[in-house]
This record gives sequence, C-alpha cells and structure tokens, in this order.
Amino acid sequence: MNRKRKHYDLRKDPIRRKWWIFILPLMAAFIIGFVWPFIQGIYLSFCTFTTTSNAKLNGFMNDKAFFSNYVKAFNDPTFVRSFWYSALFAVVSLIIINVLAFTVAYLLTRELKGSNLFRTVFFMPNLIGGIVLGYIWSMIFDGILYMYGKTLVTEPVWGFWALVVVVAWQQIGYMMIIYIAGLQAVPSDMLEAAKIDGASSWQTLWRVTIPNVMPSITICTFLSLTNGFKLFDQNLALTNGLPKPFVNGVPVGQTEMIALNIYNTFYVGNTSARGTAQAKAVLFFILVAALGLIQLSATRKKEVQQ
Amino acid sequence: MKKFFALALVLCLMFALVPVTTAETGSVYWLNFKPESDEVLQQIAKMYTEKTGVPVNVVTAASGTYSQTLTAEMDKSTPPTLFIVGNQEGVKTWSEYCLDLTGTKIANELNTDAYNLYDENGKLCSIGYCYECYGIIVNVDLLEKAGHKLDEITNFDTLKAVVEDIHARAAELGFDAFTSSDMDGSSSWRFTGHMINLDYVYEERAAGKVWTECPATITGEFVPNFKNLYDLAINNSEFDPATFAAGGHDAEGEFKADKAVFFVNGSWEYGAVSEGKNVAMIPYYCGVEGEEKAGLNCGTENCWAINANAKQADIDATMDFLYWCVTDAEASRILVDSFGVMPYKQAAESTNGFLAMANDYANNGCYVMDWATNYQPNVDAYRAAFVSALNAYNADQTDANWEQVRSAIVDGWAYQYSQVNG
Repeated sequence: MNRKRKHYDLRKDPIRRKWWIFILPLMAAFIIGFVWPFIQGIYLSFCTFTTTSNAKLNGFMNDKAFFSNYVKAFNDPTFVRSFWYSALFAVVSLIIINVLAFTVAYLLTRELKGSNLFRTVFFMPNLIGGIVLGYIWSMIFDGILYMYGKTLVTEPVWGFWALVVVVAWQQIGYMMIIYIAGLQAVPSDMLEAAKIDGASSWQTLWRVTIPNVMPSITICTFLSLTNGFKLFDQNLALTNGLPKPFVNGVPVGQTEMIALNIYNTFYVGNTSARGTAQAKAVLFFILVAALGLIQLSATRKKEVQQ
Repeated sequence: MKKFFALALVLCLMFALVPVTTAETGSVYWLNFKPESDEVLQQIAKMYTEKTGVPVNVVTAASGTYSQTLTAEMDKSTPPTLFIVGNQEGVKTWSEYCLDLTGTKIANELNTDAYNLYDENGKLCSIGYCYECYGIIVNVDLLEKAGHKLDEITNFDTLKAVVEDIHARAAELGFDAFTSSDMDGSSSWRFTGHMINLDYVYEERAAGKVWTECPATITGEFVPNFKNLYDLAINNSEFDPATFAAGGHDAEGEFKADKAVFFVNGSWEYGAVSEGKNVAMIPYYCGVEGEEKAGLNCGTENCWAINANAKQADIDATMDFLYWCVTDAEASRILVDSFGVMPYKQAAESTNGFLAMANDYANNGCYVMDWATNYQPNVDAYRAAFVSALNAYNADQTDANWEQVRSAIVDGWAYQYSQVNG
C-alpha cells in the first residue's frame, strides 16, 4: 500500500523561513549591549580620551606610541599586584565556597526535616546586591574588630578575610542549589548497587556521588573562579582598597582587587590614564577568559558520561 | 498578515531603543555636584521655566560620583550644557569641553576675577558662582559656659589651652572640645582637603608667592603645624580616635546637639549650625609664627563651565539662564541664601555669618588663606593614600605612623604630580 502522504515542506513553514526576524530583537540587544561596547572597548584601549566621543587613536591622532596604554598597564606595579591579590582571593574563595556549598547541599539532600526551609534560607543572601551587602557587613566587621582596637581599613589581613566571608556567605547558597540539582540526579540504582556491594558511605561519596556530580562541580568552580576575579562591589564597599601605604614611593592599595584597580585608574586617576584603564580592562578580560577556559577543560575531563 | 505583524513588532522594539530627541528650541541641562543644593536648584529651575518657558533640567550626581556622572553624561546626545569645573585638575580634564567665557555677558557681571579658572592657553574655562570659607566653627555659648571667651583665642597656644581645659572637664561640663573626626568619605575631606591647606598656604607664604599652577613637589615644612592642630582635634573629643577609620559618627549632629564646642568645617554649614546658637569661625591656629594675623581659608570649587560642544541654541539658553540667576532679585536671593554669597554685581547681599567674619578678618588686616588645596594633584588618589595613613596614625599615634602621614602628604604629592604630568 502506497498511500501518498502529503509532505510538509519545512522550507515553506513561515516560522522557519523567517527565523531571522525572530532572532533580530535579541541579536540587536546583544549587539547594542555587548558586541559593540566590546569592540569599542578594545578600540579605546589604544586611545587617549576623556569621554568616548573625543577619543584620539594613539600614534595616529596624537604623538603617543600605539601600544603606550598597554606598556603603562604592564609597568604599573599596583596593577600587577592587584592581579595576584585577585588570584589569591579567587583560589581561596573558590575552595571555601565549593567545599561548604557541597557539604550543605549533601546534608540537605539527606532526608532532613525542614530541608526546604533551609534551602530557602541559604539561598537568600544571594538576592541582596553586593554594595548593600558590603556596607552592612563592614558595619558588622567593624563592630567586632572595634573591640580589639582594629578596623577593616587599617588591617589588610582582616580586609582579605572579610571579603572572603562576605563573598562566601553570598555565594554558597547559589552554588548549593546547583549541587542539590546535581545530587538529586545521581542514579539511585548506582547508590543501591554500591550499598549492596558493601561500600561505606565515605566510599559511596567519593566513588559514586562525586564522579556523578562532576558537571555541577565544573559549573560551580567556573562560576566561583570567575566571580572571584571579577569581584568589585563588595571590594568597593568593604575596604575600597585601603590601607594604601607607600611602597617604593607608590601608594599601593593592600586590598585592591583587579576590577577596583581598573575603576580607580579610570576615575580616581587623572584622565590621561583612562586609556590605560581601558587597556587594563582588555587584559583583564583575556586573563579571566583564559583562566575560565583552562579550568573548564580541566574539570570537564573528569566528568563521567551517564 | 502575520509577516507584517512580526515586522511591525520588531520595528517597535528597535524604535524603543532610539532616544527621543528634544525640539530645536534651546534648553538648559545643569549637572550639579552638590547634593545639598539640589532642592534649591530644582526650585530655581522651575521658577525660570515658569517665567520664560525654557526648560531647565537640573540633575545632581550622587555624593562623590561627579566625575563618573559627568564622564557618562558628556557622551550622550543631549549632554549637560552647564557643569562644574572647580579646580586646575578639572580644567586639565575638561578644558576641551569648556566654552571660552571671556567677555561673555555672564562673565561681565562678575565683581571679582579671584575665582576664575583659566587653562594653559589663557582660556577662561569656568567662573566662580559662589565662594566659601572654612576654619574652625565655634559654639560661643558653650565656650562661655566653660568659662572662656572667644577673644582669648588668638594663636595655637591659647587655642590648645582652652581645648584641653574643656576636654579635661568634659564630664562635668556635659560637652567636649571637638566633634568627631571621621575618616570615611563623608568627613575625611575636612582634614585631607581643608585642614592640610594650612601647610600649602604657609609654604606659599614662605616662598613669597601664591601658586598659579600645581608645583611638582612640596616641602612639607609646615606638616608639623598640621600635626599640632590635627592632634588637638582628634585627641580632645569624646571619641576614641581609633574609631574614626570606620566612620559612623555625625560631627554636624554633635555640634548641633551642643555636644562639642569646636567643629572643623566651613561657611556652607552656617544655615545648619547657626540656628538658636551664637556661632563664630576662627582660623586654623597651628603654631606658625605670626599666626595672630591669620584669617579664614577663602576660595571656591563652585565654578560654572558651559559645554562648548552643546548646540548653539542650548548654549545661548544656558547663558541667559545664568544671567538671570545672578541678576534677578528673587532668584539671586534664593541662591545666595543657599550658597552664602555670589560674586556678581547685581546679586543679592550675603546673609552668611561666617562669610561676614571672613571679611572682618580681612578688614582687620589679617591675611586670607587662599585655597591652595585646589592644586592637589590627582586629588582623589592623593587623598585616598592620605586617609589611609591617617587611619593608621589614628589607631596608633606613633612617630613611625606619623612619618607615613608626612610621606603621604609630601611624597604623595610628588608621585601624583608625576602621574598626571609624566
């Protein structure tokens, strides 16, 4: 029986034929909000400017060297320092956030009473903006440190740990949600098989659960690493880079992270440094992107296919 | 039909992103930098619009973010037509955007050239619209309650004697000598911007000439005098200096509530602190020889600049608006009551008691301390390092920590100068 079936021609489907109309608004927003500023940002990193509309391309429209902004950025000891400081912060906060978030998620997926309430409570700090959080926490920290005659802005060590505490407090809940989703997706037959085979709960955790939640670990470590590097609001609100003693004749913010360093170069510094700040921002993007990609590929390799 | 509908939808979305442009008649857009003046300026703007029909839009940048806001606004298709360029660094940054005001009808109304700012080519970039003075505000009633008289204080030694006497008897008197001296952004400028001016001014006087541009280095010869007065202020209040770093005190509130006799601040506080009190302002007495003849610190950072890149119609509208502000009796009255004084021929008379005192000092042959502080190179970065050093010193008043403060003042100046001019 060869019944002729009416063939539906996909090429005539109006939605499929005019796909570009449907992605146009999104593309327009993406280009206006991201692609164009990004290209302009790279262009500005080779310019001298006060505002973006009076930018002059170095080497062509003035007598500066084409790469002078980048040379200045690399020669700025505060920039190099803030990079290493951010790196240290990113690593420390990455470990603390992920270990704690995983632990909390692990506990909350055991059938605990009221675990839904706990999940909500742990997630809530994530809903508060960084600046507000920073100012509130700075009051809390200063209130405590006051008893010991210290303040956040005079003790770089406390400034560092205060940043770690605030960021951890804020992000653990978010990472926890991702881990909970991962933990709930661990196949119960695997856990059951492990149990029947006589695996201890510790062995089950390390040999079954963790390999199965590797996709969550990948995404969480990626997020906390890049968040660590990009941190700005909390840094501005908590310490604003202080204390700032002179090191070899240069005032160096002891708790200034890389994003704040760029901001300070742009606004607090003189305007001839705005191009330098822009160059720093481009370098910053390259660094974060590279680190993020390296980290992604490293943890991806450990993921198991289900 | 669906096709047209989808297309129309897309076009709608795209047009929504295009800003609405204003009509071709001129309008005024004033980007104001002092949040405390916002209310008055809005009132003035409304008055002018009602009278002439010319729209006047006053936008006030959030405290401490003028530079950021101005940078962003200047890039827009309808940039500010009127903005503030208050010091030499501002001139350096914004000179390209400043209309040359030489010989304009608003500049011709000025009664003094003292507060005008010029760029290196002699272009008149901005003109003062008010001037101010700062020093140490005194609650004369409390001073007398403590058994002292204002004319007792003529130099640092007599000031110190009075201050330390009041501080020692604070519990018995119910008030202390100085208000708090917070180092957070809302208060640190009283010291890193104002009190330190005494070092710069005495350096100028020692060199025998007033700065006309930012010097590459300063000597810090009078930093010990700054220390005299600074120590007096932080160690004679009811608060532990170590707590100043975190901020959270309210110096103005303490002064208004009769908790302290002395308050380091300026003439703009007159309206707030003079209510129901007998107040005076005395110079920064700090132990410099001949300071009995010192006057108050007079100058301004309040200078109007007109955006040269604005549309001609807007420039003309702004010029007319400014002219009206300084010549109209009612408008200038309101502005003078808020700003203290306006140095224009037809503007209303000042009612600010502190500015009157500044004039009295000058008329009695005292030297005016000019605002040399306006030359601080890379001002925000310079002051940030200065604040950091003061925080360490406040927490632990050692010689080593003071050396850091001195370094922030002197070496910091040289470093920031090299950053700006290097």
